[in-house]
Amino acid sequence: MSEESKKEIDEVTGVETVGHEWDGIKELNNPLPRWWLNIMYFLILVSVIYWVLMPAWPGRHDVTHGLRNYSERVEVTKQVEAMQNARAEKAQRLLQAASLEEIENDPELFEFASALGKITFADNCAMCHGSGGQGAIGYPNLNDDVWLWGGKIEDIRYTIAHGIRSGDPKSRNSLMPAYGKAGILQKNQINDLVNYVRSLSGMDVDEEAAARAAPLFKAQCSVCHGVDGTGNRMFGAPNLTDEEWLFGGDEESIRYTITNARNAVMPNWNGRFDDATITSLAVYVHTLGGGE
Amino acid sequence: MGKVEIHTFDVDAVNSAANRQLYKSREPIYPKLAHGKFRKIKWALLFVTLGIYYVLPWIRWDRGPDSPNQAVLVDFTNGRFYFFNIEIWPDELYLLSGLLILSALVLFFVTSVFGRLWCGYSCPQTVWTDLFIAIERFVEGDRNKRMRLAQQKWNADKITKKIIKHSLWLLIAMATGGAWVLYFHDAPTILHHLFVGKAPATAYLFIGILTFTTYSLAGLMREQVCTYMCPWPRIQAAMTDSETFSIGYYFGRGEPRGKHKKNESWEGRGDCIDCKACVAVCPMGIDIREGDQLECINCGLCADACDDIMKKVGRPTGLIAYGAQYREGVKHDKRRLPNLLRGRTIFYGLLIIIVSTLMLVSLTGRSSVEVNVERNRAPAYTILSDGSVRNAVSVSILNKHNQPTDYRLTVTGDEALQIQAVGHQFEGNQLLLTVDGGDLQRIRIFFTLPKQKWADIQARDLAVEVTNVETGESVIRELTMVGKS
Repeated sequence: MSEESKKEIDEVTGVETVGHEWDGIKELNNPLPRWWLNIMYFLILVSVIYWVLMPAWPGRHDVTHGLRNYSERVEVTKQVEAMQNARAEKAQRLLQAASLEEIENDPELFEFASALGKITFADNCAMCHGSGGQGAIGYPNLNDDVWLWGGKIEDIRYTIAHGIRSGDPKSRNSLMPAYGKAGILQKNQINDLVNYVRSLSGMDVDEEAAARAAPLFKAQCSVCHGVDGTGNRMFGAPNLTDEEWLFGGDEESIRYTITNARNAVMPNWNGRFDDATITSLAVYVHTLGGGE
Repeated sequence: MGKVEIHTFDVDAVNSAANRQLYKSREPIYPKLAHGKFRKIKWALLFVTLGIYYVLPWIRWDRGPDSPNQAVLVDFTNGRFYFFNIEIWPDELYLLSGLLILSALVLFFVTSVFGRLWCGYSCPQTVWTDLFIAIERFVEGDRNKRMRLAQQKWNADKITKKIIKHSLWLLIAMATGGAWVLYFHDAPTILHHLFVGKAPATAYLFIGILTFTTYSLAGLMREQVCTYMCPWPRIQAAMTDSETFSIGYYFGRGEPRGKHKKNESWEGRGDCIDCKACVAVCPMGIDIREGDQLECINCGLCADACDDIMKKVGRPTGLIAYGAQYREGVKHDKRRLPNLLRGRTIFYGLLIIIVSTLMLVSLTGRSSVEVNVERNRAPAYTILSDGSVRNAVSVSILNKHNQPTDYRLTVTGDEALQIQAVGHQFEGNQLLLTVDGGDLQRIRIFFTLPKQKWADIQARDLAVEVTNVETGESVIRELTMVGKS
């Protein structure tokens, strides 16, 4: 009672104060509107209901699961499973297809493979090969007709599944020696070779230097690149006579390639994708325009 | 004539400007039934508009086996709007926008010539309110009985009447919502599904919403919707002027008003006997004798009521009538007919002609096939190993027929141009394709120009033509190849 009698009324507003004072300013005790408070009480009630129904409180080893036993992880797993089940029939048909023609002549199957291939490519391949497979220096353009390891659908599929120099036991493998770094060739020999290689695709070169390097090319390079320099897909050895240069066709780039070798790596995807997805990727890449 | 009884009404115009207050709670209006030509027109329009609304979805229209046979149907699932022989696809929704623009212009035109005829006769709010008032009158009686009932204590009679009235209102409200849903589904099927509980949840939801809005807007809120919620009464002030043909009180003839005893002379006084019949019938709760007002919906019921009285007292009718606006203090000798050729009517009329011509042209000129040629962007071009330049494009063909259609795709370009398509075989520069009804087919095509030809800039131009084999209708898309310059 004595507390209550101490309650002070602010003169200006006629409102009771809470009794606190800061630098002469007194806090008024204006209550919140009733409806507002009621909403807050209601929401407190809702939160209690939520704790009962849904996962809410962390424990030492686990959390409270709530009566509904809801888990987002379980939901996502279910959805992924449902999606795979929905795809299963078409995926099966895709794997049984004997040839690319068979897939292309079945519009439904082709649509499925292209769509699946396209999203898989965008998520996994585009960071090196570009969003439309346009490639970059060191990363092959998949739209053109140059294929180091073969451009038939089976070849493309194999490359995607096992990779190039990937460490996979069935990986496509080859190793160009680093002629300069390993001390196999001298600088002037390499310089001659650069001229020779450029002469193969008809570029302007120092004819004398190129002629000097001819026997060298035959001895050192023709095993893989062929006597005429047209390459060999067995070793992934590029054709040196065409207009396509994966690492650049200027003198400096070619000199670097011969001195240090490039030996780029593509990962194997067989551990990550199922067979149907890899086939879809191969179909998609094949239809980009370069497929044989 | 014998005994003619002129009843004077004890009525206040509850919505008159003099009584206007902010935050005032609604004063109920008990409109008395009017008799006369405008009331007859209103009844007729009520039957016509409601008739159209409830009957239209049941009209059948044969479009062949692959299309719905409902004359008017908005098919959201398949993205189609059907209106008799017109079929609109989602990419042609501009036609609907055009229709809305045209409707707005017609509304402007009608308003500038005839005032708020829309409000008074054909606005759904007016029509349904009229219907709900008619039901109220049918159950509870006319004005005086209704007022007495409202004053009366709650007894069995009052409760029964209220229950009957509200039940009828709710039934009509539900029928309103129910009929709305028919426009979005096959009417007979959805009606059956509604009753057996198989209709989609959205159907029930919309019936629920429209039942609620119809019941509350037409039954409970009535004139408040027009006065407080609708923007049109405000906008229409910009459409009308002194020449607008709208309902009004003929000040010059009516004033000075006053009570009139039988056989008294009419000399030196106005024809208005201040019986307030015009106020008693007004559904908006205003007194038309105060001049044109925001609340007035131009329905003409006050003219009916006044004509009735004028006949009884033996004076000419038309004290309240449609005409160019009557103004207080201006002595018109006779009813003034409006001048129709005014700047705004000509302006709106011209706009209507322009918009409807544009719409007609685009509606009749619609193609049954849509062709898009989309360039590949990454990479924009590819240099092949022999130095030739290749461009990839996606050609999309949308068949707007409902049955499979054969198309011939012809590429015209330099004779050295090589054409290939993924999954299809070109014969020379032509490709035959069948596209399913209502389907979109996308083909990836490669154009390759040999290295030595690339220097010839004209060789880079080419055209893709898609021809409907049967009708010969064709669409041409031109493009220029890109590459290393």
